[in-house]
Amino acid sequence: MFDALSDKFTGIFDGLRRRGALSEGDVTEALREVRLAMLDADVALPVVKDFVARVRERAIGAEVLSAVSPGQQVAKIVNDALVEALGGAGAVPLNLAAVPPVPILMVGLQGSGKTTTSGKLALRLTSREKRRVLLASLDTQRPAAQLQLAQLAERAGVASLPIVAGQSPVQIARRAMEAGRREGFDVVILDTAGRLSIDQALMNEVREIREATSPVETLLVVDAMTGQDAVQTAQAFNDALGVTGIVLTRMDGDARGGAALSMRHVTGAPIKFSGSGEKIDALEEFHPERVAGRILGLGDIAGLVERASETIDQDEAEKLARRMMRGQFTLEDYAAQLRQISKMGSISSILGMLPGMGQMKQKIEDANIDTTVFKRQQAIICSMTMKERRAPEIIKASRKKRIAAGSGTSVQEINKLLKQFDDMATMMKRMGKLGQKGLMRQGIGALMPRGMGQQRPRGY
Amino acid sequence: MALGFLSRLKQGLSRSTQKLTEGLGAALTRRKLDDAALAELEDVLVAADLGPAVAGRVIASFRRSRFGDEVTQAEVRQALAGEIASILQPVARPMLLDPARRPHVVLVVGVNGTGKTTTIGKLALHYMAEGKRPVLVAGDTFRAAAVEQLQVWGERTGAPVISGPPNADAAGLAFDALTRAAVEDADVLLIDTAGRLHNKSALMEELQKIIRVLRKKDPAAPHSVLLVLDATTGQNAVQQVRVFKELVEVTGLVVTKLDGSARGGIVVALAEAFGLPIHAVGVGEQAGDLRPFDAGEFASGLVGQV
Repeated sequence: MFDALSDKFTGIFDGLRRRGALSEGDVTEALREVRLAMLDADVALPVVKDFVARVRERAIGAEVLSAVSPGQQVAKIVNDALVEALGGAGAVPLNLAAVPPVPILMVGLQGSGKTTTSGKLALRLTSREKRRVLLASLDTQRPAAQLQLAQLAERAGVASLPIVAGQSPVQIARRAMEAGRREGFDVVILDTAGRLSIDQALMNEVREIREATSPVETLLVVDAMTGQDAVQTAQAFNDALGVTGIVLTRMDGDARGGAALSMRHVTGAPIKFSGSGEKIDALEEFHPERVAGRILGLGDIAGLVERASETIDQDEAEKLARRMMRGQFTLEDYAAQLRQISKMGSISSILGMLPGMGQMKQKIEDANIDTTVFKRQQAIICSMTMKERRAPEIIKASRKKRIAAGSGTSVQEINKLLKQFDDMATMMKRMGKLGQKGLMRQGIGALMPRGMGQQRPRGY
Repeated sequence: MALGFLSRLKQGLSRSTQKLTEGLGAALTRRKLDDAALAELEDVLVAADLGPAVAGRVIASFRRSRFGDEVTQAEVRQALAGEIASILQPVARPMLLDPARRPHVVLVVGVNGTGKTTTIGKLALHYMAEGKRPVLVAGDTFRAAAVEQLQVWGERTGAPVISGPPNADAAGLAFDALTRAAVEDADVLLIDTAGRLHNKSALMEELQKIIRVLRKKDPAAPHSVLLVLDATTGQNAVQQVRVFKELVEVTGLVVTKLDGSARGGIVVALAEAFGLPIHAVGVGEQAGDLRPFDAGEFASGLVGQV
């Protein structure tokens, strides 16, 4: 979601990197660009001003001018300030240290994703922290909202409070806490109706709910696509309820994420989770330092590793890595890799996590690459004999025709796959030579064949 | 009803623009329109979600005509309202039903949580009040209880709702609904769809499939494709409109949640960038809270001349 912003930043710092020394004028110029980029990214104006002032204070002066690589120095200062603005390093966990049942109150504007987030949070607490969770919908406003939460609870395999028609939200909240105590639940998640911060009647109602249940966590659910208004909303809810945490939803969109930058600054409440998909397990801890890295085009390696370790079969991955290092990488291994990658999500979401790949990602999206290519490649490899998979050089015209017929593809596609496999083998040799240190210093770009970053990738 | 509607809209708009108004007041109380004043004014516009580019253009035109003048708040507001109204005027067009189409097919699309289903409910009420026969299609077969949500709107408005089993194919459902609506001689078929982020190509293809399948029955369908936009959305709305327009040929916009503290300035940027008609605005949760979009009123509301 932060791609556009990181593209901009990448551009700005590319400009700085090309110069040896850095003048005060350069810093001013770069910061003007930073300011515009942030405004374009929906970062709230007061936050932008504060941010730019903080960076200027640090950047202008000896610190930068005497630095060995001034561009990198400014990039670092901007990055540090970004991490700060996002709430400092490290994720802030949910506070569940209270006498059970621990009430969690979910609040926010209409359509921000409260109900979906409630379901995701319930699943997360159940499966990862082994808590007994009760879901209760206090939304008597929107048609079928209570039913929606009940259905989500069923999908997540979590208990939900039976719906009693005609009860007020405060009555439902009391009943939920009562049921929580009686039936020994650890956590009770109270999902409220969407409300505008200026709607006094509904704001009073949610205050009453808070008084009736004394929630340990009051989570404000905010759409990551929100514009400048995010700040007013957060401020109003914070003033009325004392928000203890923020959940940013729709992080899988391509919004530039200004809301994330503004939130902590305006409310003082940490961003605890981010929602990144329609599946019920798509709720992640929010890591400010990683997101800042992503904004600056430095990539989210930590996030990639985490996602990989959750989805990838460890043994198989180690086996693959050993084979790669020994130069024994075969088409069979490639097929195994394809299977694992497709488990991890879309190509573009993976690319977005890699350093320096922001521009590539945009190009790949522009080129409108058919993402079913992975599936087709798997089919092609499955149509090869064991011998062919281990020694692809024996695949000549006649074998190609057979494989194409077997996999429902064309000879051209098989040629492409073989060429790609060949390139990969070359890349792996380079990786071996470069070693771990070289990879860290030069980023993944060092592995790319020359000019690939600038070229429009060929479509498949 | 007409009175209630106007005051309600004004109320909604004035609330939504209160901040901007305050900002303007602070920015300019009879002073020289110099660089500093212009910069402050630009900030105010940016904070209203007009976007840096549009705000920059407004300020540039201001600079040409008024630079160095001693100006008052009222003058600034008037000039600004004029500027904004001139951008919005061409896009303030209602959605017209083609009476020759039996039914006129309206596909309602948008990202998650913008208010598609609520907008359909409000549209249904509007058409019922006009004596037309709308039919609603619960095409969001993905989200939990989305079908039930539309069914409640059907009960409220008296419009029939066509639905299928959960996770049914939305395209097939739309096709069946169109067939049925044609037999029953309905005036308008309002098809709800599941919310989807515009950057998810598989989900966007699903929308394209709905259109393809509808065209097997009626080659001109859908006659209108409404994109529902949340007024609190920032600059990403531009990208949303661009992608939806390109992939599913959006014919007009509905802007919802204008009754909040959101200032809706993004509407100005959208009008400039795409010129797509803005058919209606949502200013509340009640069935009657869908209103025609009025450029002058919106612009005046935006700068505080209500």
